[in-house]
Amino acid sequence: MATINFGYTISKPRAIDIDRNNLRKSDEILREMPELQSCIGCGSCTAVCTAGNLTQFNFRRVHTLVRRGEYQGAYEEMNKCMLCGKCRLVCPRGINTRGVVLLIKRKLGDF
Amino acid sequence: MKKRIVVIGGGPAGMQTALRLKARGMEPLIVEKEAETGGKLRGWHVLFPTFTPAGEVLAELRHRVREAGIETMTSAEVVSFTQHEVALADGRRLTADAVVLATGFTLFDARIKEEYGYGIYDNVVTSADIERMLDEGRVAKADGSRPKRIAFLHCVGSRDEKVCQQHCSRVCCITGVKQAIEMKRLFPEADVFNFYMDIRMFGPGYEELYREAQQRYNIHFVRGRISEASPTIDGGIQIKAEDTLTGRPLRMSVDLLVLLVGMRANDDNAALAAAAGLERAPSGFMAPRDPFLGNVRSNVGGIFYAGTVSAPKNIGETLNEAAAAADAAVDYLNA
Amino acid sequence: MKRNSWQDYQKQIADDRYYYGRSCIRQNFFPGSEKAFLDILRNDLGKELLDDPKHSSCTGIGYHSDIVPLETIMTVVARQFSLMNESGYENFVTSCITSFGVYTEMLATWHEFPETEERTRENLYKATGREFRKPASLAHTSDVMFHFRNEIAARAKQRLVDAATGEPLKVVEHIGCHYAKIFPKSGIGGSEFPYVLAGMIEAWGGECVDYPERRHCCGFGFRNYLVQANRGYSIANSHKKLESMAPYKPDFIVANCPGCAMFLDKWQYAIAEMEGTTYGANGHGIPVLTYEEMAGLVLGYDPWALGMQMHQVDVEPLLDKMGIEYDPAAKYLGRNGKYIGKPASAVVNCCATDTVYDMRE
Repeated sequence: MATINFGYTISKPRAIDIDRNNLRKSDEILREMPELQSCIGCGSCTAVCTAGNLTQFNFRRVHTLVRRGEYQGAYEEMNKCMLCGKCRLVCPRGINTRGVVLLIKRKLGDF
Repeated sequence: MKKRIVVIGGGPAGMQTALRLKARGMEPLIVEKEAETGGKLRGWHVLFPTFTPAGEVLAELRHRVREAGIETMTSAEVVSFTQHEVALADGRRLTADAVVLATGFTLFDARIKEEYGYGIYDNVVTSADIERMLDEGRVAKADGSRPKRIAFLHCVGSRDEKVCQQHCSRVCCITGVKQAIEMKRLFPEADVFNFYMDIRMFGPGYEELYREAQQRYNIHFVRGRISEASPTIDGGIQIKAEDTLTGRPLRMSVDLLVLLVGMRANDDNAALAAAAGLERAPSGFMAPRDPFLGNVRSNVGGIFYAGTVSAPKNIGETLNEAAAAADAAVDYLNA
Repeated sequence: MKRNSWQDYQKQIADDRYYYGRSCIRQNFFPGSEKAFLDILRNDLGKELLDDPKHSSCTGIGYHSDIVPLETIMTVVARQFSLMNESGYENFVTSCITSFGVYTEMLATWHEFPETEERTRENLYKATGREFRKPASLAHTSDVMFHFRNEIAARAKQRLVDAATGEPLKVVEHIGCHYAKIFPKSGIGGSEFPYVLAGMIEAWGGECVDYPERRHCCGFGFRNYLVQANRGYSIANSHKKLESMAPYKPDFIVANCPGCAMFLDKWQYAIAEMEGTTYGANGHGIPVLTYEEMAGLVLGYDPWALGMQMHQVDVEPLLDKMGIEYDPAAKYLGRNGKYIGKPASAVVNCCATDTVYDMRE
């Protein structure tokens, strides 16, 4: 294949495709910690995040992507968390955010 | 001699207004254009946030109206009115000492949002259709099978300049939460998604129900508006949105797409307002004299507003406002 | 599909006497289509239209690629109208969706901002000494074809059906973004459920396929195609559409727009070479037709006279399915009977390339 060099390739779609994503891991995570589903996207966790102020780490975005079945890189991202717990103090929904970090790392080590 | 007050509209607002007027010694007359009273409460299944059957509330209101011996004209459409005279479509004219306008709202016609294919794709329905299906005890895909994935779309015909409806209809958010829970109760194995721009939980118990929907029923809330719906080969619906909280486009196919249709001003508000000299808000709803101390009074003496004729409201607010409108009318006539 | 909503979008289409505005690129890629339009209107339908050699490109491609400024394109458009006035016509019909979008946009701009029309009049007068009147009606050539779909059906020698089974052919229609996405009211059926091609397909016996990415852009996008580094975006859009329509096993695609017809046809070749993927039910490509070619086949025109040998994807399987008689050996003969050369064999093509002309070579 690809014997001809066209000088470009077919761009890959950026869309999250829920039909194609396997939501099994995501369902497992939500079953173990249903409170994660109550996130209202306020961004407090990311605003106070020690790691997020120094790196690209965005806890809210990563766990939202995981809930949509986008697991690629989630484990590595969660490794940036220093487990300081500030996010848990500010969360208006009382989500055990540190627990979420550890759960995602435990479930998604393979991705 | 008792003062005669014509209440235009026999929905919850009109019935409650008439009850209060009667209790305060007036002689109310309900003029309803449909063949029976009840307004939009007819055909609604249960009410948020308590899941109280709409039929219970309606039956009680009708019972009280009957018990109070309130005169009711049905199949009588009002074409114009002033404080002292109400003209009907059949040519009859009713005299009045005051008028309470309680003609409610119109449900947004989802077909206008063509991109969602309502009326074209069988598995695209509205929130009103869902209530009807629940009432009939049969919620299903068009082919009769159980839906495995259901999406609710908020703000259809609300907050949308493209269809000249810039206002928020308020009640659709909580309706979406309520119906999503009902779907999850009927189809526990189904995935239910709500696509929203903002979630506006303005009433008591609403936020609590929203949280219950998320945490207990595992209903997914995606912040992003569906841009279009198209058919899939197996009779489903493909939808596209942006998952704005991750900053990425998102698409999926669903078995049922529910459009949460908004409340818009009645088409005949313009003509009624012109004939009576009433002011309207830019949204087309009637504009109360002022939003604090005169919110059930119009800019014309002897004409009052009750319920959703002046803005989208829930049933509780409507019933309270109806009582307030009746009181304002009585005070006006007794002054 | 229950496309009843198309009736809410009606536009005035003139019945006769058109001033014909050609497309820049169609004559290269689908060279028989414009001639077919003229022939069908004149010979089959007995209409009068002027194919004026004096009119120029609308400069739409330059405009949408940020090369031609707005004032310039307005003046060019005004000149076309002036030519039309001069020749005594008042119904402008254009053979290109980009041009149609441009004309619609300029007329709407003049309507909304009358000072721009005044400036255009000045510019045109200074540059050419000309004045102009706006057309009484503006239509795309497919609108005109749609307008006469029943007359064409009455004269049909072929229908869009499988000759063996009598089943309707499954047709994917592609409208082109600038037909109605800029001004929904300017297109028959509006922007979400355009009926211009669907109406022809249904009138001529075929069945329209509605598939998830029906409304998606073909990916031409002017700048996105013209700059090589951006072509990955361009082809990805056609790729997305083809992936989405393939499960419906369409017999052919009919396109409204010169660019879309070209890209949906030629990208199938590029995708097949890059990924080895083809989308036709026969393991090769899906033929892509213009609406004039579709009408021409229905009216019994010879496929090679319609220029269908110039397609990337071979049309023979479709011709065979419709039971159309054609001479395989004449495929690569030009209008004067001279051999015009033939393409190299490719995955998307299904027809043997060793015709009699190889021996001649």
